[in-house]
Amino acid sequence: MNLEKVIFGFFILLAMTLNFGFVLGDIENPAHHHPYELFATLVVSLVATVLKFGDRSHMGAVLLATSLVADLHLIAAAVVWGYATHVTGTGHEPGTVAIVVSLAGGALLANLASTTLLIIETVNLRR
Amino acid sequence: MEQVLFLFLRRMRAPLLVLLLAFAISIGGLVLIPGQDFDGNPWKMDFLHAFYFVSFMGSTIGFGEIPYPFTPAQRLWVTFCIFLTVIAWLYAIGKIISLMQDQTFSRAVSEARFIYKVRAIQSPFYIVCGYGEAGSLLVPALARRGVQTVVIEKNPDRLNELVMAGLPMDIPSLCADASIPKHLVEAGLRRSLCRGVVANTDDNAANVKIAVVSKLLRPPLRVICRATTREAASNMASFNTDYIINPYEVFAEHMAMALRRPSVHQLHAILISLAGRPLVPPVHPPEGKWVICGYGRFGRAVHAAFEREGLPMTVIESDPEHAPPDSVIGSATDPGPLEAAGIRGSVGIVAGTDCDADNLSIVMTARALNPDLYQVARQDWRGDTEVFKAAKLDLVMEASRVTVWRMLPLITTPLLSNFLRTARTLDEDWAGKLISNIRKICHDRTPETWAVRIDEEDAHAINDGLLAGKQITIQTLMRDARDRDRLLRCIPLLLDRDGQQELLPDPETPLKVGDKLLFTGAEGCERRMDWVLLSAKELEYVESGIERPDGLIWRWLASLYATRPTLKS
Repeated sequence: MNLEKVIFGFFILLAMTLNFGFVLGDIENPAHHHPYELFATLVVSLVATVLKFGDRSHMGAVLLATSLVADLHLIAAAVVWGYATHVTGTGHEPGTVAIVVSLAGGALLANLASTTLLIIETVNLRR
Repeated sequence: MEQVLFLFLRRMRAPLLVLLLAFAISIGGLVLIPGQDFDGNPWKMDFLHAFYFVSFMGSTIGFGEIPYPFTPAQRLWVTFCIFLTVIAWLYAIGKIISLMQDQTFSRAVSEARFIYKVRAIQSPFYIVCGYGEAGSLLVPALARRGVQTVVIEKNPDRLNELVMAGLPMDIPSLCADASIPKHLVEAGLRRSLCRGVVANTDDNAANVKIAVVSKLLRPPLRVICRATTREAASNMASFNTDYIINPYEVFAEHMAMALRRPSVHQLHAILISLAGRPLVPPVHPPEGKWVICGYGRFGRAVHAAFEREGLPMTVIESDPEHAPPDSVIGSATDPGPLEAAGIRGSVGIVAGTDCDADNLSIVMTARALNPDLYQVARQDWRGDTEVFKAAKLDLVMEASRVTVWRMLPLITTPLLSNFLRTARTLDEDWAGKLISNIRKICHDRTPETWAVRIDEEDAHAINDGLLAGKQITIQTLMRDARDRDRLLRCIPLLLDRDGQQELLPDPETPLKVGDKLLFTGAEGCERRMDWVLLSAKELEYVESGIERPDGLIWRWLASLYATRPTLKS
């Protein structure tokens, strides 16, 4: 067992599950989507990205790309939500929440791709 | 550049993770711990303010508590966060700085910069492998003649010398082993602008490898190789290395030549040197018996060359196993062996050991015994030039310099290289006469030497004239385009016609398309000759003295003038 692989797999899966948890629920209902969960998703996703740095294999490059896509979506979601809450004061309106959740949904797709790649790589491993 | 980026990201993984976690913990704590607004109502910090606060807290610890003064519980948490983020920042910044100083990283950066510089070269260039004694002469000499080079050298100290040399052009250089194919490719071996490779390292095996790699990756490339053993030379010849130069043999050949046919030796220096330098005065070594000190690799080659030239000699060698028969055994730095070799009855001494200090010492000792000696010493290390100058010897032979004499014309003017090869077989009188001619036309300055090819590209006026059936002689080229009665101050050295080479061709020789000519002459002649080579109008003037008018109206007037007499008659 390789501890590095454990941590790597843990963060990639955690990024996906947290993301899923945040997206789950009515898309326009602010009560179903908590900012703490978005925060946790963003942090875990960033950690997963940094863990993928410097891997020169082709698989490593694609994994890094999916992670960067997820980060981009989540940061956009966080910025939109923060701006709506503090600047325009529309943070709890259904429209804003829908935008945030759909952005996070995009990130979920990227995280799904990333996890699928990880599983494919593991299955191909003959040890 | 890609490699550098990957290396950077890989090394920055740990510090980035630490920073990320420190931020996440601090922000998470600030968001969770309850606070109070101005009115004492319970209030929780939002992510925007938490992120803002942590960002400036870690880097500056300033700005105060926002948006409301903190409660004791919040302050307790912030105290912890301050230490956490400050340590995380210090760690990350320290890592970045140590990464910048890291050997692997800086090598990757300089390699990436080297590749970028090589890609940016827009003129034909040569790859020079090895910046040792010969390389450090060759590269600046090429740079002064406007030839771009790319240098690969293993020793970083020597490369620093290249940077400090202050050459007139930017020479990309890489600190690496040139015998690794990857580095040769990085130096632009595959680029079409790459004209050749000079394998000039101290290591025969490395030179062989460089030659093989170059010939395999780009067969038409010109490869000039240095080989110090016969095995290495024949190995190189087996896969068509274009030019193989043995520095010991070249040196010995020139040594013997310098004593027997000094003008032939000087001719090399004169024709290869940059134009406009003062000419060295002619030398006249005496006839008689010579004493040669040292019978190493150089000494043996010198001995053989002396025998070929028929110079009588006695050898002094300290190692009895290596010494040839009839030689004196002992150290030539002592008066004893010198006396035994008959130094008092000799006309000259050749101090040819592989140690500069010993060579100087030998000459000084011999000079004390016989002040009339013609003193020749071998200089190995270029840093000793000042000392050898101060010793006021009759002749100092630098091995690296004669090697460069061979390489330089091969790169700049291959025709000159052909000329010198033939000249080396000729006698003192011929060379002496040529030198005195050069001396006359160049007013005791070194000439410039250039090649002219009669073809569409280099001399289209001549080419067109010849194709039209005109007869043009070498003399026509040598006429001054400003005044056709005057000749340019130059001498045709060589005429190459379909591989047939004629030394010092007769100026009346008619030219043919495809001829290659080598000229030597006073500085500036090359540029003047271009007028005749490239302009049909100037060619007509030097041929016939008629100046053809240029513009449309003038041409019309001239045709009117030319046709009127025929109308009248």
